[in-house]
Amino acid sequence: MTRLTFAEAARRALAAEMRRDPLVWALGEDLVQGGIFGQYRGLAEEFGTDRIVSTPISESTIMGAGLGAALCGTRPVIEMRIADFTLCAMDELVSQIAKVRYMFGGQGRAALVVRMPQGMWRNSAAQHSQCLEAWLTHIPGLVVAAPGTPADAAGLLVAAIRADDPVVLMEPKNLWTAEGEVPDEVAPVPFGVARHAAAGDALTVVTWSATVPVVEQAARESGVACDVFDLRSLWPWDEAAVLASARRTGRLLVVHEAVTVSGFGAEVVARVVEGVGPAGLRAVERLGAPRAPVPFSPPLEDAMRISHARVVEALRRVAAI
Amino acid sequence: MSGTSNETARRIAMLRDMARIRAFEREAVAAMRSGEAPGVVHPSIGQEGVAVGVCTNLRRADRITSTHRGHGHAIAKGADARAMMLELHGRAGGSCGGKGGSMHIADFAVGMLGANGVVGAGIPIACGAAQAIRLTGEDAMVACFFGDGAVNRGPFLEGMNWAALYRLPVLFVCEDNGFAAFTRNSAVTAGAGPAARAEACGVPATAVDGEDVLAADAVTADLVARIRGGAGPQFLHAKCYRWEGHTGTDAAAYRPTEEAAAARGRDAIRRLAAVLEAEGVTAAEIAGIEAQAAVEMAAYRAAALAAPWPDPGAAFSDVQDAGAPA
Repeated sequence: MTRLTFAEAARRALAAEMRRDPLVWALGEDLVQGGIFGQYRGLAEEFGTDRIVSTPISESTIMGAGLGAALCGTRPVIEMRIADFTLCAMDELVSQIAKVRYMFGGQGRAALVVRMPQGMWRNSAAQHSQCLEAWLTHIPGLVVAAPGTPADAAGLLVAAIRADDPVVLMEPKNLWTAEGEVPDEVAPVPFGVARHAAAGDALTVVTWSATVPVVEQAARESGVACDVFDLRSLWPWDEAAVLASARRTGRLLVVHEAVTVSGFGAEVVARVVEGVGPAGLRAVERLGAPRAPVPFSPPLEDAMRISHARVVEALRRVAAI
Repeated sequence: MSGTSNETARRIAMLRDMARIRAFEREAVAAMRSGEAPGVVHPSIGQEGVAVGVCTNLRRADRITSTHRGHGHAIAKGADARAMMLELHGRAGGSCGGKGGSMHIADFAVGMLGANGVVGAGIPIACGAAQAIRLTGEDAMVACFFGDGAVNRGPFLEGMNWAALYRLPVLFVCEDNGFAAFTRNSAVTAGAGPAARAEACGVPATAVDGEDVLAADAVTADLVARIRGGAGPQFLHAKCYRWEGHTGTDAAAYRPTEEAAAARGRDAIRRLAAVLEAEGVTAAEIAGIEAQAAVEMAAYRAAALAAPWPDPGAAFSDVQDAGAPA
């Protein structure tokens, strides 16, 4: 194990995959310069600018070219810079990449990765702070992963590169500099297997991405015996583990940075209610953002943020119901 | 056709390909109108000279991307026309197992990377295919078909710049039939047209009469040689006319009937037939080629009607590996 930042763990994982497989390459804006979070630093020097490709600001073609390259046998890593810019390439992602295998009857596969760092970051305001995971979990054909630790940033990236499915990897912008223990030999993290981050009998807590460290710390300090699951991948997601826990605790709290309304938390709650039955549950709550854009000014942004205090309060309240 | 020159034999093959496309389209439209083929088709009758003039110069390993009006491109690239007809009928054994239909015909075995229901969507895909071909060292190129309507979409600009920037082996083929769906494209397009837009991005453009298959063939041969020689992307602006409406259900009442009649007078098939007759191919031989194409496609339509429907369970396969539908 080595203590690494999220960005460094992801960088090393990509480098290892590119050494292992010459068909793996990456394209996106500013990659030769290391990417805006340093997650590509030094890779152009090692692999050359044919495999670490700095592109024009042409989101549709970054995404669509990735698909064309996958259909011709390579394994592209498509970098969208930030998830918000994916909105300029939604046709290519949703109507092309996600559907190509199906609508051509299995003739071709989009074995590719789309990296889209998402969420709040350094007072970046409304167009650079969105959490859009629920949009993409709704789209058949896509795998959606959202790491919350440096180890999973590496393990999910490796899994995404090796998968024959198109995998959307939503890295939390706010955690690029966060540190954690990372295995020296990174193994792929299987999709649909949650990380059981804390064990307890009072309350089932489900979270992912940027709220993972917030929830873990709050659970430790709340005095509530929380059973905490970091989902790591949202489609597929670990329904079995969450259902088993919710059956035992009878209480569920879902915490995510995204807007609560129609967020992925709604799906988690719905499946738990369907699976456990209303009679088996004493309390169900979601903690997410209000249905408002993310503002710029620090106190305004903080008003929107899933803070330590808000999570502690929610854990205690739901556990007491 | 014993005694014919290689050049004449090649032209006869082009005539056969165009005749097969037209026969396929006629059966497709009839099947759609009768209700035997579900959904709609976008027939390419009148545009056969572009598909054949271009694809005659491609090899099996080369890739093409196509459009919603893609039957002709697929057949010209060597796709299995029987499987295509089954696909149009939504039957098992269709090119895509009945999951794609007319608008998503693909035949990866011959490098046909797919028709596309989104205008211009093949352009970025073609760029990436060319980039992969370069990365893997394959000896191949990409031909990217799109209509004149696509030049008003953002991916057109992005793709022209991208292909020129990386000097990719792509032949962009703008099949200019004059109409963006129901609207005359000149009524919604400013500036000097598709070729000028391509050239503004550094992609050399060449114009051709797409209703003259021999001209399309000759020009394409030159452009393909340049691309294979490493000159980077080339742009072919092929003028043509869509004889039918946008779809098989569109009567095209928005344009004068004389205009379509005039286009029928410029028929690429008849023009090539006239050249062949001047070279000594008999009218009977030409009629035989066309009759054979009609018989072939009629047989495929009959085969499609006799083919089984797909197993309903197939609706849930080939979605994805991880998290597939339960």
